[in-house]
Amino acid sequence: MIAERHLNAIILAILVVIPAYAVIADEPFTITLATKAVILALAGVGLNFALGQGGLVSFGHAAYFGIGGYAMGILASHAQSYTPLMEVPFVIEGTNSMPVIWLVAVISGGLLALLIGALSLRTQGVYFIMVTLAFGQMLYYFAISWPAYGGEDGLSIYVRNQFPGLNTLVPIQFFGLCFAILLIVLFIVNRLNKSPFGLALMGAHQNEERAKTVGIDVYKMRLVAFAISGAITALAGALFADLNRFVSPVMFDWHTSGQIMVFIILGGVARLFGPIVGASLYILLEHFLGGVSEYWQIYLGAILFFMVLFAKGGIIGRLSKKEQTHGG
Amino acid sequence: MSTLLLIEQVLNGLQFGVMLFLMAAGLTLIFGVMGLINLAHGSLYMIGAFAAAAVAGWTGSFVLALMASLMAAALFGALIELTVIRRLYARDHLDQVLATFALILIFSEATRWTFGSFPLFLDTPDWLSGTVMLPGGIQYSLYRLAIIIIGLIVAAGLFLLISKTRVGMRIRAGENDREMIGALGVDISVLYTMVFALGAALAGLSGALVGAIQSVEVGMGEPVLILAFVVIVIGGIGSIKGALAGAILVGLTDTLGRTVLPVVFSTFMEASAATSVGSALASMLIYILMAGVLIFKPTGLFGSA
Repeated sequence: MIAERHLNAIILAILVVIPAYAVIADEPFTITLATKAVILALAGVGLNFALGQGGLVSFGHAAYFGIGGYAMGILASHAQSYTPLMEVPFVIEGTNSMPVIWLVAVISGGLLALLIGALSLRTQGVYFIMVTLAFGQMLYYFAISWPAYGGEDGLSIYVRNQFPGLNTLVPIQFFGLCFAILLIVLFIVNRLNKSPFGLALMGAHQNEERAKTVGIDVYKMRLVAFAISGAITALAGALFADLNRFVSPVMFDWHTSGQIMVFIILGGVARLFGPIVGASLYILLEHFLGGVSEYWQIYLGAILFFMVLFAKGGIIGRLSKKEQTHGG
Repeated sequence: MSTLLLIEQVLNGLQFGVMLFLMAAGLTLIFGVMGLINLAHGSLYMIGAFAAAAVAGWTGSFVLALMASLMAAALFGALIELTVIRRLYARDHLDQVLATFALILIFSEATRWTFGSFPLFLDTPDWLSGTVMLPGGIQYSLYRLAIIIIGLIVAAGLFLLISKTRVGMRIRAGENDREMIGALGVDISVLYTMVFALGAALAGLSGALVGAIQSVEVGMGEPVLILAFVVIVIGGIGSIKGALAGAILVGLTDTLGRTVLPVVFSTFMEASAATSVGSALASMLIYILMAGVLIFKPTGLFGSA
């Protein structure tokens, strides 16, 4: 039993030590696994802001993950083929610059979340879960049936996009980049959680009536939170696409939404580092159980099931000393 | 486009809608009575289809296969309700979603392990194959017509069960006030198991009936599950009437959209572009319908609170 703050420091240390060791031992695959864990954790951090802090159980975050992925795929494929994205009314060229792609991913993810959130937030509880799930599936089917960018087969990007001053094809450099983004986003989310906005969001989660009574516009506040959450997950989607150099409609699939949710539950709902622990554990399980049995998802299902029934608070909740107080 | 084709597509939409109703009815009953959101409902659909395919393979009888689908799904339903699901009633929706998501992973992989990854085929029986001449000179698949009729009979039976029988009275009472009917001496845990098994049986039947048109494969229940959610959101959670209206609406919108939209777009676009725009838009149509309902009536067409 240790304080959550110390636990978080240990988690970060592990995430740095493993790839560092892998560089020395010359095991690039381990670095790739760690990078994947970091990127998926980032997607989880996005959802956790809506789900943990705001109590908005979105079962459609694959929509934002996917739109981030396709932002990268579309821009990079045009850069790859030297064709402009559009010519009327003005010319937009594709790009292979990561910062530009990230910006586009964040903006499109945020706008999409704003649109879906504006409709979904009119409902509550089970309706909200089903509606977000349905809108996620809508984009999935759209991506499958829209032939311009690969349709069902997806899009391959042959070279990883560029970041000034780095060679992103070197695994450890790309890992460092993703890790830095994760740290920055964690810092921002932590500040947000403790800001008046985040506290009001948590307040409305715990008692909506009371939040309304003290004059908070709950709908508008949740909508903003939902858009921030979608933007973060979209950024993760763009990085994930760059990791694989491939995007496909699978990123939009509802299993992806479920997975992102699973990271949070495994790690601990509303814990800042919950998604990091959850995503890392998921990658480890996938890697090791996947080596043991082709049907490893049976074990994953069983583990998840017992976590939900018997281990409230996830791994961080189990390991850390005191019950989570609100907000932190 | 000819009128005949249009009528045929309306019938196809009706057939799709009726099958969606069987799924949605179970989901909405389970939610209405127990307050549970059950993602594993799609797995029960799959179990029904696999049971039917297996029994049809052994015996060659389609009727036995349908019976098997009902029994297997109801049995599995009762089994998971007794062992697992009942621990979830008191939990919040997030826990329910994740636990039943875990069940999907377990069921899907276990089915893959038992039956392999290749799809099974469930043939329509000889006495239901071929086409039938409908009034007005329309040739229509006899099997699909049979599905529509079976679906409507089941729907009517369900309405009678819920409005006229003692069990139905308890189900309605359970939707209104769970604690009160428990206090009045109704064995509520038996009622829960029954409702869950009933919903499961409906899903299994629908899986078997659709399995004879499409292939029987792992994961076949998931797209249907999500469409059933759309149906419930449109119709209103907990309302059987809403589930029927929503299912028919979704079935017709989806089927007609896929036929009509590419034709409509081809009136002002070139053919290949019209097909791709039309089909992409058609795949989104039911969700747009759902969004429309949400804007005007967030609790669904027949929803109360």
